Amino acid sequence: MKVALLITCLTENFFPRAGVAAVKVLEHLGCEVHFPRDQTCCGQPMFNSGHHAHARDLAERTVRIFAPWEHVVTPSASCAAMVREHYPALLADDPALRAAAESLAHRTHEFASFLTRVLNFDPRAHGLRWDGAATYHPACHLRALAREGAPDATPALLRSIDGLRYTPLDRADQCCGFGGLFAVTYPDLSGAMARDKADAVRATGANALVCNDAGCAMNITGACRRAGRGEAPRTLSLAEVLAEALGLMPEPRASVGDENGSEAPQP
Amino acid sequence: MSSPAHPTGPVASAPAPGGDHLLEPPLPYRMAPRLARATKDIQLQQFVATATRLKDTKRIASFEATFGDRLGAVRDLAASIKQHTLDHLDHYLEQFIDNAQRAGAIVHYAADAAEARNICLRIARDTNSTLCVKSKSMVTEEIRLLPALEAAGVKTVETDLGEFILQLDGDAPSHIVTPMIHKDRTAVARAFVRELGAPYTEDPAQLTGIAREHLRGLYRRADLGITGANFLVASTGSVVVCTNEGNAGFCISGTRTHIVVAGIEKLIPGPEHLAVLLKLLARSSTAQPLTVYTTLITGPRKQHDPDGPDQGGVHIILLDNGRTDLLRRGGPGGAREILRCIRCGACLNACPVFRKAGGGHAYGAVYSGPIGAILTPSLKGLHNYPDLPHASSLCGACGDACPVCIDIPAHLIRLRAEMTGLGLPRGMRARKAVIALWTFLLKHPRLYRLAAATQRTILRALADDGPGAPDPMADRRWLSALPGPAAAWTQHRDFPTPPAADFRSWWTAHERARHGGRDS
Ligand code: SF4
Repeated sequence: MKVALLITCLTENFFPRAGVAAVKVLEHLGCEVHFPRDQTCCGQPMFNSGHHAHARDLAERTVRIFAPWEHVVTPSASCAAMVREHYPALLADDPALRAAAESLAHRTHEFASFLTRVLNFDPRAHGLRWDGAATYHPACHLRALAREGAPDATPALLRSIDGLRYTPLDRADQCCGFGGLFAVTYPDLSGAMARDKADAVRATGANALVCNDAGCAMNITGACRRAGRGEAPRTLSLAEVLAEALGLMPEPRASVGDENGSEAPQP
Repeated sequence: MSSPAHPTGPVASAPAPGGDHLLEPPLPYRMAPRLARATKDIQLQQFVATATRLKDTKRIASFEATFGDRLGAVRDLAASIKQHTLDHLDHYLEQFIDNAQRAGAIVHYAADAAEARNICLRIARDTNSTLCVKSKSMVTEEIRLLPALEAAGVKTVETDLGEFILQLDGDAPSHIVTPMIHKDRTAVARAFVRELGAPYTEDPAQLTGIAREHLRGLYRRADLGITGANFLVASTGSVVVCTNEGNAGFCISGTRTHIVVAGIEKLIPGPEHLAVLLKLLARSSTAQPLTVYTTLITGPRKQHDPDGPDQGGVHIILLDNGRTDLLRRGGPGGAREILRCIRCGACLNACPVFRKAGGGHAYGAVYSGPIGAILTPSLKGLHNYPDLPHASSLCGACGDACPVCIDIPAHLIRLRAEMTGLGLPRGMRARKAVIALWTFLLKHPRLYRLAAATQRTILRALADDGPGAPDPMADRRWLSALPGPAAAWTQHRDFPTPPAADFRSWWTAHERARHGGRDS
């Protein structure tokens, strides 16, 4: 099965390891992964901030760049939602483009949902092992995907991994306060929301936070570090957890200041 | 966008009650000052958070218990009833007016707030009314009716317990269903001591008792009753008012004259549609199956009715105040959809921003929270409320909560786009230029890669914490202070740098290895 990786700009630049992990897991599961090099950004920041002409331009180039691939997979929940929810309307002025956008919308999958819904990935068949205590923040854009009938697959996958002690976040579905430009336009509101989320993460005692959206991950880890004076749980995507659990990627040595990373911080 | 007449009108010079400036701030309204206060007031945030979270949780549980997996279908039905009525509003308006008149009500049409106030004042004058009892109604807040009546010498008393306390305190509602969400019992106790001479008590039952005694005396003496309407039923000409305290019933059973003020969007076709919407309204608001009292009023007191307004009549004021302007913008996703709102408050209770903003006052208008953020700029002009559509993380909790499926995040984005066209407000021009440059880079992959590499180098050089892990993909550093406008981020959070290694270099090596492997 040929799969193109839509890595998305924030993940590429700030969480490249999530992209690497996605490639490794998909290849391990028999996919032929491609990375169209001209891809940049899906246009979500422009769309959400009301700059729709710019968003339209970026949507058009993304639609063209990913036209050849049967499946497009992205480790970012919000970019998947952008392509699936908003591209057809953004490109509605041109019937051919609209049709291409609709096709891309159908072919684009968030990583976890691609695994479970397209590849029928059965975690029990793979002997997954990952030692540690983890919690998970579901990105708000998964709501949109869930409304379309693709409920969030990540919690069940995490629970199915041997050795992974999964603790759900209190009020997991509450927004972390990122919201793109919202984070810098209303820093007090956004910061207060991020602090709530950081508190919830700390209360789980987990030493790893799983998050499938680069924006949320930057926000929550940044808030955890600020609250914990530089200490924060390791933040990683589901793709990274699976790549490590499948033995495709070594677990990195903990970052400096977090050398006891394998031990849960005391809540 | 045309903005409707600003509802100051003939009462502008009247002594405003204390809460007036909260809902009628100078325009354009900027959120920053009130937000700055609210985000520092932890106690306020806790009041709002505790109350809204509880309601939100109970709403979800009651929906689940009542509707289970049919919830989606029920919401779709409710949305389609409201949408259908809006799409044919002229028809249903005529039908309602005919039937209400046939039942003996007097129907008025008010184009804006000033007209609605003047109609009320005229009725009060014509009926020689001097004491008015009023039940809770957001639309009377919208037209600032109470100060107008008081200025005209009609003493007016709010009879909803929450609104009554706010009136005593010179305060304004901060939630469309739970007006006192920003206050606690001790504030009520103090207000009762100060304004009513009651003994100090924090006991809810005793506090309610004090208010009840006080209000009962007034009900007996009042000659004018004013209520809003939750629904107007076209096929019967009935007005439907839902309350939990029964105060609306008191407002109209003992008085000679009853005035109903209702936005034209309150119409529904018939009683069978009322059944659907009542099922959703109370559950969405307070997780009750129904409000304690659901009062249907069809014309004035008839021959065999034990009570109800008689000589002064039942007056129904249908208010436009910017609504037909929204109606004109129909179609899928058009602004008309906003008028489906049944004011249940579920979106406010679900909203994390509303909690952190300390409730409704930060929104500078009668309608607050997510629905206020789209309704207020739509009714009063985007240029007057430029901040509201931006004060959202677009998490979507509001849209998921809405019983009539208003896609609130989509409307927020639509309003942001309209504002980009208008070039408002101040400071947006700079942002526009940045976004244009950013888009330009993103359209040119080479420039984009160059910019990304530059960004990596600069951020890593600026980082004040590091180096990170030996694995270059995980070797991340952190900044505790970013320069320029980005400093807003680091007020509350650290900012991560990109790791040492980048994805594309890895991909190039990976591909080479893969092809190498395959070729050999
Ligand atoms: S927008 Fe929807 S959820 Fe919000 S108050 Fe109106 S009906 Fe209720």
